[in-house]
Amino acid sequence: MSDPIESAPRPASPEEAAEQLDAHVRATVAWHFSAETGTPFWIDRARDLGLDAVEEITTFADLARLPRFDGEWLRSEPHARFVPRAFADRPYTIFETGGTTGMPKQRIGWDDYKIDYAAFSSTLDDDAFPPGGAWLMIGPTGPRRLRLAIEFLANHRGSPCYFVDLDPRWVKRLIRERQFDQAKAYMEHVLDQAEQILKHREVTALFTTPKLLEALGERLSIPEAGIRGVFCGGTEMAPQNVRFLCEEVLEGEVTFVPTYGNTLMGLAEHEKDFASNGYSITYHAPQPRAVVRVVRPDDPDVLVDHDEWGRVELTTLTRELLLPRFLERDEAIRRRPTATHPWDGAGEVRPFRANEERIVEGVY
Amino acid sequence: MPSLPHIPVLRHGPAYESLDTVEVRDHRTGTPLAVVSQANAGIVRRDLRKAGARAASLRARPIDELLDLCARAVEPFLEGTLPLNDAGDEQSADQYVRALSATSGMPHALVRANMEKIATVLRDMPAILRGLTRGLDPAVLDTGVGVQNGVPVSYADAADALGVVLPSNSPGVNSIWLPALALKTPVVLKPGREEPWTPLRILRALEAAGLPREAFGFYPTTHDGAAAILEGCGRSQLFGDARTTAPYAGNPAVEIHGPGRSKVVLGPDEADRWETHLDVLVASVARNGGRSCINASTIVVPAHGDAVAEALAARLAAIEPRPADDPEATLCAFANPSVAEWIDGTIAAGLAAGGAVDVTARHRDGDRSVTLDGSTYLRPTVVRCERPDHELANTEFLFPYVAVVEVPSDHVVAAIGPSLVVTAITRDPALRQALIRSPHVERLNLGPIPTSHVDWDQPHEGNLFEFLRVRRAVARDEGW
Repeated sequence: MSDPIESAPRPASPEEAAEQLDAHVRATVAWHFSAETGTPFWIDRARDLGLDAVEEITTFADLARLPRFDGEWLRSEPHARFVPRAFADRPYTIFETGGTTGMPKQRIGWDDYKIDYAAFSSTLDDDAFPPGGAWLMIGPTGPRRLRLAIEFLANHRGSPCYFVDLDPRWVKRLIRERQFDQAKAYMEHVLDQAEQILKHREVTALFTTPKLLEALGERLSIPEAGIRGVFCGGTEMAPQNVRFLCEEVLEGEVTFVPTYGNTLMGLAEHEKDFASNGYSITYHAPQPRAVVRVVRPDDPDVLVDHDEWGRVELTTLTRELLLPRFLERDEAIRRRPTATHPWDGAGEVRPFRANEERIVEGVY
Repeated sequence: MPSLPHIPVLRHGPAYESLDTVEVRDHRTGTPLAVVSQANAGIVRRDLRKAGARAASLRARPIDELLDLCARAVEPFLEGTLPLNDAGDEQSADQYVRALSATSGMPHALVRANMEKIATVLRDMPAILRGLTRGLDPAVLDTGVGVQNGVPVSYADAADALGVVLPSNSPGVNSIWLPALALKTPVVLKPGREEPWTPLRILRALEAAGLPREAFGFYPTTHDGAAAILEGCGRSQLFGDARTTAPYAGNPAVEIHGPGRSKVVLGPDEADRWETHLDVLVASVARNGGRSCINASTIVVPAHGDAVAEALAARLAAIEPRPADDPEATLCAFANPSVAEWIDGTIAAGLAAGGAVDVTARHRDGDRSVTLDGSTYLRPTVVRCERPDHELANTEFLFPYVAVVEVPSDHVVAAIGPSLVVTAITRDPALRQALIRSPHVERLNLGPIPTSHVDWDQPHEGNLFEFLRVRRAVARDEGW
């Protein structure tokens, strides 16, 4: 049986996409606010607000009746508050994000990552990511969803996956404490391990971050190492960096698949013609399961115009998680709907206010 | 309107246009003058992997050929119309002067004086090499072995590339890296954000004279790119303020060119005759618009501090901002007015703390900070400090600024701290010896020579030859 919350046909037009999204909102709200299947956190909220969610939230716009999701809730609320009653008898996985200092945000989950990554797998080209060919992930494993998701993605394609861990909390701490030598030594340690795997095992696909990919390319030729496709996540993908990765690090021979995603959203798909668009990458969230909007930083209830920069706002609408209008710590250019993804996209995603941190050089 | 010229990255070969660019603008009008490609750090690192092969190719050229090439670059540098990119945009010498003045605030007359300084280095490269190598036969640079003063010598290469992270304050600083090419070491230059013009013009002039592109890289880039240069080149020169250079302090592969804190010291024997040395004091403080690290920022006297400050203030206060194209202009505008504001505020706060007086204030109408034709200027400032440890007594700003302090002669060396140039106007044996022996004095002028005077056969700010070559012990059997 096809479940409307877990899979939806791709809409043909922006109007169809909006209708589909509204229908999906109704189904998701009905799930999370019902006494049988619902989530204690949201049921209690509705009661406190005097809100009849099923009656009053019938479109995406109506989600504004719910408070903006506060990331702090993922630190302070007991997990049980986010367990839908329908899943009460199923043990859950705890995924973490952040946590460089203090308590990380924790999201609990069951099947979402499998649904998201299985859907994403169908967008991958079999020549670049040959079914059965081994993957290597170099990046944050530990308590992150990404580690399970990448292994699932590889397995889903009939492939095994090797892992080299990078602990981003440690790297960030070293950088904050200006221990650059230590940070460098740690990166070398990570790359040493990756190099060993590539030297002794046949690997055809990589998942890593732009920085690690660049550093790996300084040690060896990635196409000569047998890699045919690189799936790359992270927010350090300004057009010049992407061009450099494609033309030089991947030597124009390896398929580059960038993605934007996180523990709360799932993963967004990129527009494949980025090279002919000045290497500017546009992502489209996996609507209707997640919606990314680009909003005014000073007034996040208002969208910026197309082609303008703004802050990324995420809404996740799955059976496991209802996360309305969460403000991400990223910014992006609002992009127009396309033929393949007839809803708004987010371009050139980067950390929020990254541009203001651009180093102003000294006077000498 | 024609499109802006694009200044590309030069990657030891064809021009490379980055997708990441910044505009350089006329500081008065905000009009963009060029688009400058920004290299990402990965490009710098990737290109440096081939530094060895490029150095080998430059080293295969005989030294005489390289010296001739430098001399032949003088004319195109001073007079030529040279390419800005590979797309056909060019810049004449006049356009260069105007562009640099517009982006950096330096008046035309000073830009031309700096051009002359760079031309001198190119022209007199043989004499400069003699100074750097203490008279070594240039042929030793070809073979790596030879005899000097009857002693066998041999030199190893310390680096396959000299990285240079340049400032925007004065084009003259380019004379410091220039001998590297004659020393057969390719250069990897990161221009200052407001000053891509001069290093590019020098490279284009050398290219016109026959230097192959593989011998030089030109990488306008970000902070990360600068770090990649400093980490990846075997030897580097880093220009910058104390904050920029601090992470590299003590790194033997990085030669730091920070604030100079240059000084004029008047001895007890000459103190009563201070008036006869006033011209030297003025030239030390004000030459090149006070923008160089070899400009004096402190004058140390054993007595007569008030009178010296007063007379110097009267002379310096006469220097007023003039339009950029006025041949008499000697003050530089601040391309970034907030820098002027910061300096002005820092001086005001130092004065408010007590123990220091702005003596120039009495000699001028109005404020230290003035505007003319849309540019911000700081007028010359002489501060009389009661104590040498006053916060305004041993500091350096990007305009003609000097503090006058009284220090007993037997305390001078302890009081002055690290100084790029010290002009010692004294025959007092004890003071002379103390200064000669001090490791804090990088260059010493004995007698009334302005701190801002440069003898090209005297290496200052480090010896580039010793930086780029390592002397090794060598024994040669006869006939081998």
